[in-house]
Amino acid sequence: MTLAPDPLTSAATFVGMPAFPTAARAALADSQLRHNLEHATHTIRDKRARVVAEVDDWEELRTRGAALKDATLADLETHLLTLEERLTAAGATVHWARDAEEACRVVADVARSHGLDEVVKVKSMATAEIGLNEALAAEGIAAWETDLAELIVQLGDDLPSHILVPAIHRNRSEIRQIFLDKMAGAGRPAPADLSQEPAELAAAARLHLREKFLRARMAVSGANFAVAETGTLVVVESEGNGRMCLTLPEVLVSVVGIEKVVPTFEDLDVFLRLLPRSSTGERMNPYTSTWTGVSPGDGPQELHVVLLDNGRTRALADEVGRQALRCIRCSACLNVCPVYERTGGHAYGSVYPGPIGAILNPLMKGVGVDEQTDSLPYASSLCGACYEVCPVKIDIPSVLVDLRSQVVDAHRGGRPSVEAVAMKGAGATFGSSRRLRLAERFTGIGTRVAGRLGLASAWSGARDLPTAPTESFRAWWRRTGGGTDSAPGGPGSGTGGLDR
Amino acid sequence: MSARDDVLARVRAATATAVAPPLERPVVQSRPGDVDLFVERVADYRAVVERCTPEELGARLAEVVGERRVVVPDGLLEVLDQGGLVLPGAVADDGLAATELDRLDGVVTAATVGIAETGTIVLDHGPGQGRRAVTLVPDLHVCVVRADQVVADVQDAVARLDPARPHTWISGPSATSDIELDRVEGVHGPRQLHVVVVG
Repeated sequence: MTLAPDPLTSAATFVGMPAFPTAARAALADSQLRHNLEHATHTIRDKRARVVAEVDDWEELRTRGAALKDATLADLETHLLTLEERLTAAGATVHWARDAEEACRVVADVARSHGLDEVVKVKSMATAEIGLNEALAAEGIAAWETDLAELIVQLGDDLPSHILVPAIHRNRSEIRQIFLDKMAGAGRPAPADLSQEPAELAAAARLHLREKFLRARMAVSGANFAVAETGTLVVVESEGNGRMCLTLPEVLVSVVGIEKVVPTFEDLDVFLRLLPRSSTGERMNPYTSTWTGVSPGDGPQELHVVLLDNGRTRALADEVGRQALRCIRCSACLNVCPVYERTGGHAYGSVYPGPIGAILNPLMKGVGVDEQTDSLPYASSLCGACYEVCPVKIDIPSVLVDLRSQVVDAHRGGRPSVEAVAMKGAGATFGSSRRLRLAERFTGIGTRVAGRLGLASAWSGARDLPTAPTESFRAWWRRTGGGTDSAPGGPGSGTGGLDR
Repeated sequence: MSARDDVLARVRAATATAVAPPLERPVVQSRPGDVDLFVERVADYRAVVERCTPEELGARLAEVVGERRVVVPDGLLEVLDQGGLVLPGAVADDGLAATELDRLDGVVTAATVGIAETGTIVLDHGPGQGRRAVTLVPDLHVCVVRADQVVADVQDAVARLDPARPHTWISGPSATSDIELDRVEGVHGPRQLHVVVVG
């Protein structure tokens, strides 16, 4: 596909993605992808472990981060009202959006009101979630991604596959090729003699984007944190593209999920210590910007903040699942997940992949609505590595299990699944000693037949059925009087029927 | 119902039974930091960092900047107590456009706070620190941090900052980990960060 890398014509979309097992199968067959992912996730895991070990009170910090988020969420209305009041007092215009469409409309209207046909963007999960670029494109407004990984994804007409590093599935030689092929169509071309050295690739991005930064009149950002008490917004980044967008244009629109609020300025301490170490494995990320409304003579003089729901209140109403809204988007859970490491992010069919995506998507969209979302709580081995690294202690495995039961509940009433029939049968069998005795006599035959017929093949296809013992426990007991006969084949002989 | 009222009503309904856990917010007295650790941690980011006495500062700056054309923000020489210092390539910021900043070589600023534990410098863009754009567009940032501005950790820095002001936290030169999660210095912000710790 050689589509021009024009944000107005991008065709990549998560809409219509198949359910996780189908998408994962395709990803697993891509050996280049698996190699890229293994290399990247292991690099970042080691870095994270090193800098986390430096902090003596890391566990206490995690506990404080979780408690702060829980306390804020429990009283979210109060904090949102305070935030709105302080933002307004500091000179920002506050908008509220029930869903993606309303949020996109606000941004498009602001651009329109200034007669603009392009905006520069700071990497933002919220704007990716609401499909802002596509919505702006439909209005004839080009949205230029300025984060290096987002640029790689946009130029490659690709989809993001990681929260922190959306182009994690690409290696340096693929990135070089994308730059050589696509930069010219979007602005300043890549140098013809571009090598695949990361430093050279970064330099090419610097030159390519600088002309866009210097001419941009409007920027769109998200926010990592929004301080209620002061009306301060915070963006945490590495490259300086965030600073460019937050500083140079005249107009700035920030799309902020309602769960991003923290009560006080001092509370930033906990999160600014937890986030960089968990995310990029650094003591601190290169740049953090904070701004409180308009500063005369410095930075954008027109500020808009869009407070976004888009399913967050649905997640908030879920008593087990609401802890997912503590998430500070560090992506540590992706980097340690054995499933993510093998399938990559695309298989999750969402801008939020990995363990956190497997709970956030069903919590925000609801279960029983589409097959793809319902498949996500099963995209896990429940090993618990995600919980262990989570800087705000989200118990992802417990939420996954709870969501699985919600998915099952949502599908009651239709045709019963093989699993449901099997469980019902097992219940009846174990409920009666007569039926159990009967069943034991046929276990050997039963397992062989089930194997041949391919019943429940999705389960048995990747698992060996154990061989049934030649003699059941109760038959052995009857024959030997509970082992007191010291008959051959009894316990202690080493060849008993119980041993398998 | 407006979007605002609707979202707030949903929030209210969703949290009707939620109980906030008790929160303890420790009262933070900003602690001074270990200047040697600060220097070491700044250097870890592959920034250039050096120490000098207040008497040596003028000569150090003159040598670091040389003939380069650098923005000198209002109030810098006063804040640094270097009233007599002459930098031959100094350019005053009289509202320079971004394209003009892009043609300059660098900028020299003071700082607000240094954080020893993380090797971070915080600017609040007050006198001698310039507006945000001047420490962003040029490729070299020479930043002077006084030893008594160095605090122990993040909480000590947060306690010293005025939330009403814009802040820029800087930890080394601009960098990215977006290619195979390998850190590379030098993307959009200044590719060279030169820190002079005084005192």
